[in-house]
Amino acid sequence: MKEEIIIAGFGGQGVLSMGKILAYSGLMQGQEVSWMPSYGPEQRGGTANVTVILSDERISSPVLNTYDTAIVLNQPSLERFESKVKPGGTLIFDGNGFHKFPTRTDINIYRIDATEYAFANNAAKTMNMIILGGLLKVRPIVQVANVLKGLKKSLPDRHHHLIPMNEKAIQTGMELIQKVN
Amino acid sequence: MNDSKKHTVKEVRLMKGNEAIAHAAVRCGCDGYFGYPITPQSEIMETLMELEPWNTTGMVVLQAESETASINMVYGAAGCGKKSMTSSSSPGISLMQEGISYIACAELPCVIVNVMRGGPGLGTIQPSQADYYQSVKGGGHGDYKLITLAPASVQEMADYTVLAFELAFKYSTPSLILADGVIGQMMEKVILPPFQPRMTEAEIREKCPWATLGKTADRKPNIITSLCLQAEQMEAINLRLQKKYRDIEDNEVLFEEFSCEDAEYIIIAFGTTARVCQKAVEMARVEGIKAGLLRPITLFPFPTTAISNYADRIKAMLTVEMSAGQMVDDVRLAVNGRIPVEFYGRLGGIVPSPDEVLKALKDKIVIK
Repeated sequence: MKEEIIIAGFGGQGVLSMGKILAYSGLMQGQEVSWMPSYGPEQRGGTANVTVILSDERISSPVLNTYDTAIVLNQPSLERFESKVKPGGTLIFDGNGFHKFPTRTDINIYRIDATEYAFANNAAKTMNMIILGGLLKVRPIVQVANVLKGLKKSLPDRHHHLIPMNEKAIQTGMELIQKVN
Repeated sequence: MNDSKKHTVKEVRLMKGNEAIAHAAVRCGCDGYFGYPITPQSEIMETLMELEPWNTTGMVVLQAESETASINMVYGAAGCGKKSMTSSSSPGISLMQEGISYIACAELPCVIVNVMRGGPGLGTIQPSQADYYQSVKGGGHGDYKLITLAPASVQEMADYTVLAFELAFKYSTPSLILADGVIGQMMEKVILPPFQPRMTEAEIREKCPWATLGKTADRKPNIITSLCLQAEQMEAINLRLQKKYRDIEDNEVLFEEFSCEDAEYIIIAFGTTARVCQKAVEMARVEGIKAGLLRPITLFPFPTTAISNYADRIKAMLTVEMSAGQMVDDVRLAVNGRIPVEFYGRLGGIVPSPDEVLKALKDKIVIK
């Protein structure tokens, strides 16, 4: 198994941490993992993206230009990465603030309105976990149990009480995601 | 190096290359780190500060007032036989060159880490390999060489920190870890090296009889300097240095090969670029192109013989670098005109993609 994923959005949306949680989840199920952030002069409000690779084999290039799965959380990221999904691959977008929508017909496109849901339910900080839940519904590349184990390993003890809230967000995401095409 | 599967999940950690260097330094008994922050390597000092090794192993971690100060602090600590290191990124390493030349001439062991970013000038903060010439052709003034290790994974960032100190002490010369922004910033699995205690003063006196730890009654004073006004003596020092560099060339070459056994075309690349090229080789193989990859791990000493041997067996080579073409000179010297050696590079902080490399391989050497 090998999954090459790009997650892209605005700085502050939890793009890098979502990638980190995926990477830790892969680690928990004994896979090879790589997590490569765009580390340019990004800041809150700017763009941020991260390439995450989970593989049963040794990973060669941590830098890619085509992906099995793209998760795009803002318009510029959709414009940049829609064309870079491999044919037959998966594109997941959060429709918040979009005025142009994906048009490809040779990939599986899913919409998840996680931002809207998170704000309506006063849980803005779980937005990225809702998206992760959506991803795992349509691409079950890591088991939810391993995501939770990964969270436990990556979070400092003082934040462990937040893990059930994140688990709930994953479940919410699994219910929210909708196939578009 | 990638034997993580043999270990239990508990021992395997996920961290950035920069963080791995910091952990490995503490674990291999480093006595002192002196540095000044610069992207993309600031996590090295940041992690050391978080680890607070002064409370555990007694290692000193100090933010100096500049890169020039850092390297001279390393010079001083190394003169006492201490395991000392610094790290920076391209412009900061340029500032250190005078000190590095002094340390090489004074024949002191130390480790310097350069996590390269795009230049020239202050440039960008994105990955680059354009400090190859600076690293292996001198950098500072005079006839000296640095043992130069080029890691290509987070695991190697940890492993080569340990190796860089071992080689520095074995040859009493500075070692350089030449990484780039990708390896510094990306997270991968890593198994950290085991803890080694720092050397005691008695051990330093035994292993480094030249160290300036305080004169004992039974010996003459130790003097550490790079100044020698007698030309004849200075030539003797130079000849000794050159002999040492030849020993290093004879004994310490490291490289890795991938799919080279039956290759007709070989890509030569180091660090991150080698990882990208490995993927390009995998893609080329799917298309039926017999491609391979040779990755120099030591840039000095360069794997000249290995590359030279392939020149008699294959059709052409492609060197790929994040530079305008620097290592390609050493590849061409090794090949000495026997087969074509082409070059493909990206500049200023751009990392080439596997597709681009595959296209370059086809356009520049396979189709020709």
